[in-house]
Amino acid sequence: MLSKYEVVIGLEVHAQLTTATKIFCNCAIAFGNQPNSQTCPVCLGLPGALPVLNEKVVDYAVKTGLATNCTITPRSVFARKNYFYPDLPKGYQISQFELPICEQGRLDIETAGGPGKTIGITRIHMEEDAGKLLHDTGGGDCSRVDLNRACTPLLEIVSEPDMRSSDEAIAYLKKLHQIVVYLGVCDGNLEEGSFRCDANVSIRPWGQKELGTRAELKNINSFRFIKQAIDYEVERQAELLEEGGRVVQETRLFDPDTGRTRSMRSKEEAHDYRYFPDPDLVPVLVSEDRVEQARRELPELPEAKISRFVQDLGIPRYDAEVLAADRATAEYYDALVALQGNGKLCSNWVMGEVLRALKDSDLAIDACPVAPQHLAGMLKRIEDNTISGKIAKKVFDEMWQSGKDADTIIEEQGLKQVTDLGAIESLVDEVLAANPDKVEEYRAGKDKLLGFFVGLIMKASKGKANPATLNELLIRKLKG
Amino acid sequence: MDLTELTIHQMHDLLREGRVSSRDLTRAFLDRIAATDERINAFITVNEKQALQAAAAADVRLAAGEGAALTGIPLALKDIFVTEGLLTTCASRILANFVPPYDGTAVRKLREQGAVILGKVNMDEFAMGSSTENSSFGPVRNPWNPDFVPGGSSGGSAACVAARQAAGSLGTDTGGSIRQPAAHCGVVGLKPTYGRVSRYGVIAYASSLDQVGPLTRDVEDCAILLGAVAGHDPADSTSVDLPVPDYRASLKGGVRGLKIGLPKEYFIQGLDPDVKRAVGEAIETLRGLGAEPVEVSLPHTEYAVACYYLVATAEASSNLARYDGVRYGLRVEEGRGLIDMYSRSRAAGFGPEVKRRIMLGTYALSSGYYDAYYLKAQKVRTLVRQDFLDAFNKVDVILTPVAATPAFRLGEKTADPLQMYLSDIFTIPVNLAGTCGMSLPCGFSADGLPIGLQLIGRPFGEEDILRTAFAYEQATDWHRRRAPL
Repeated sequence: MLSKYEVVIGLEVHAQLTTATKIFCNCAIAFGNQPNSQTCPVCLGLPGALPVLNEKVVDYAVKTGLATNCTITPRSVFARKNYFYPDLPKGYQISQFELPICEQGRLDIETAGGPGKTIGITRIHMEEDAGKLLHDTGGGDCSRVDLNRACTPLLEIVSEPDMRSSDEAIAYLKKLHQIVVYLGVCDGNLEEGSFRCDANVSIRPWGQKELGTRAELKNINSFRFIKQAIDYEVERQAELLEEGGRVVQETRLFDPDTGRTRSMRSKEEAHDYRYFPDPDLVPVLVSEDRVEQARRELPELPEAKISRFVQDLGIPRYDAEVLAADRATAEYYDALVALQGNGKLCSNWVMGEVLRALKDSDLAIDACPVAPQHLAGMLKRIEDNTISGKIAKKVFDEMWQSGKDADTIIEEQGLKQVTDLGAIESLVDEVLAANPDKVEEYRAGKDKLLGFFVGLIMKASKGKANPATLNELLIRKLKG
Repeated sequence: MDLTELTIHQMHDLLREGRVSSRDLTRAFLDRIAATDERINAFITVNEKQALQAAAAADVRLAAGEGAALTGIPLALKDIFVTEGLLTTCASRILANFVPPYDGTAVRKLREQGAVILGKVNMDEFAMGSSTENSSFGPVRNPWNPDFVPGGSSGGSAACVAARQAAGSLGTDTGGSIRQPAAHCGVVGLKPTYGRVSRYGVIAYASSLDQVGPLTRDVEDCAILLGAVAGHDPADSTSVDLPVPDYRASLKGGVRGLKIGLPKEYFIQGLDPDVKRAVGEAIETLRGLGAEPVEVSLPHTEYAVACYYLVATAEASSNLARYDGVRYGLRVEEGRGLIDMYSRSRAAGFGPEVKRRIMLGTYALSSGYYDAYYLKAQKVRTLVRQDFLDAFNKVDVILTPVAATPAFRLGEKTADPLQMYLSDIFTIPVNLAGTCGMSLPCGFSADGLPIGLQLIGRPFGEEDILRTAFAYEQATDWHRRRAPL
């Protein structure tokens, strides 16, 4: 039944910006504080208050526009979006309407097993956030208004309705999410609401040019739920049409417990927002110089990093994607390679020991106790045969715990690899002498016993025997 | 000596010389208010205790030899200025209990200079009106004749200065609300160029038109008060970053060779004969002082009122949305649910003229009408402004009547809002053009009601109009006349 219909998805993302202060006043942005403690006459909408633009918001908007291939509007205008709600102190939201700051961008996405695709970005604009309503707290039939969040800067990023499946939608969202976090303009925390996704979902018979009636899915705070919600909604609409019904244009919420969407309010009662240019603010002028400056200051974005890791540092694409997934990890890796030189060795260690240890300690990589220069120092000792790879893991753990560098630890714990032929040889002789029956079995064809001997010798050497040397000697001695 | 008879500059000299104290001045004005305000109702809030405290503090500064032009000077503020800790109502029931937690910029500047704030004066509700009959605290009466209106919306400001209840006052002007009441009350009133004075802390009516300005006894006082509040304010994105000239210093330049434009569209048939005579005589006085009157044309004048009542009401409909009963002001608790609370609170809180303008403005912005009304009006506005800029290529200042008639009787125009709107035909274009204009007394009607003369300057040309006004004032004695109250 589903294959009768083409799915059309457009996405609207509201990204809360990580500027220090709000978009139109000097209040600090911080979370979890006493309600209404981060407010002033401006964000409270007191009589007589006036907005003043935080220029950093413009910088962040330009950066985001450049990173998504948008054109930057040289003269954009703030407009008032008028409606009444208790979390909207002025009775209007300052947003942008006819002249948004960025337009006509695009993002390239890939879905598993699918071909790459380009998703259009219609526009990006700046606006202020509303406050929060808390319902039924402290008993009593009332709602409470907390305006700490009011006037927090948002970027609204609107895509073209170019996506044709929930997978494409998620791929787009994840890519966009990665970009804004990479740029440092948004912390991308979906649960806390700093990256909000609304999906406009509709279906139409294959070949039909007009779009079907769409439903807007709002307030879904994880990528997994968004996919579920879209999938459910598509089924629901298809069933509706099959039964001869009509899809109603409305807002729907997703219930993660049931996996279903339900109607919130009819979009047919859509407000007339009576948009007009805000007379309290002047147009935002962005010069070409400013745009070029922003372009120069853009960090290397994920796509470019991945290409560089694959081409210049010689690691597989999968590894490159893991390392480039977040900017801090990529920078750690880059710093490590710059010191150490071997792209593959470094990637093994970062993807392996470093990420594992971070996960176990529940730390982010910028809090990693082992700095790239220390890890590089240790990797050097592997390359110059001072220690074996196995011992290196011990050294790494010790570096993690104590903060000491590799050489100090190797010295203190006497972990230098034993490469001395004579020393190893005598160990080999000892072990072989102590296990004559096993030697017989090996010589009779039980090759697997090699590991048995290796283990005993390693134990005798406290793990410090150079494995390669050991192996060579052992085999020679076993052959007789 | 009746201290309330003195001008600000006279008071300043006496204060500096130690011949009078701010406490004495403040006491004199407070007594005068107590003795007269029942008859004219200019004050909404009298700030007696804090005023005397401020006066005492000012006296300390003056005794130490410090003190600026306004230190110790008792002033009244239109109740549209947000004053920390002091009731600010905008003459509306919806703000009848609103005590702000902050001072606006103009207020802060006055306080920093050590001015004494006697209290908050009456006005048309949310600055919407031309007679101060739209106040929820009762109308203000003209000190020259209490059966007549003082004009509006800064009727309280004009009346209290004319009645000598304050040495000067700050008002606001969106379509003539300083100039017209100044004319009707025989005082000086000036609307600066848009952006000259900060609007931060001024309760907004029409954001692209509102400006703060002084109402005073004479032109020199006007220059002093303007200089005290003008200047760039980072808290107001529409305030202009230009240096503030010494307005007082440029008063005495005289008008020899000054070209004065007389726009033919303003000297219309319907002008009251007393107004026509008074303004005509003023033109001759200026000619005698060496000025050159020149006929000019401002061809888009006839569209100005319609344009204003679309732009101003549209902006007002949005600016007044915040009065919703949620965080401050009147909330009507009866009723069910959010929409009901909104409707009841705003229905009870706003007066009929405010409701009328909110509806007009909402309509002008609504989908399907925006292009034909609001957008079109903004385009016409550009033409009105261009008329002035073109005229200022030929002349230095423009002279017109302030109003087509002197003050009218209370109740005379309240039945027909449109009639009331026409009171502002000569003042509105100046706001639309964003330039500066002032009113000063130039005579009286046969009934003894004041008549005002309007001088319009190019953008940031306040010095030109002040200089012209000063020359005219010094050659006449209208500014020495006292209201009989």
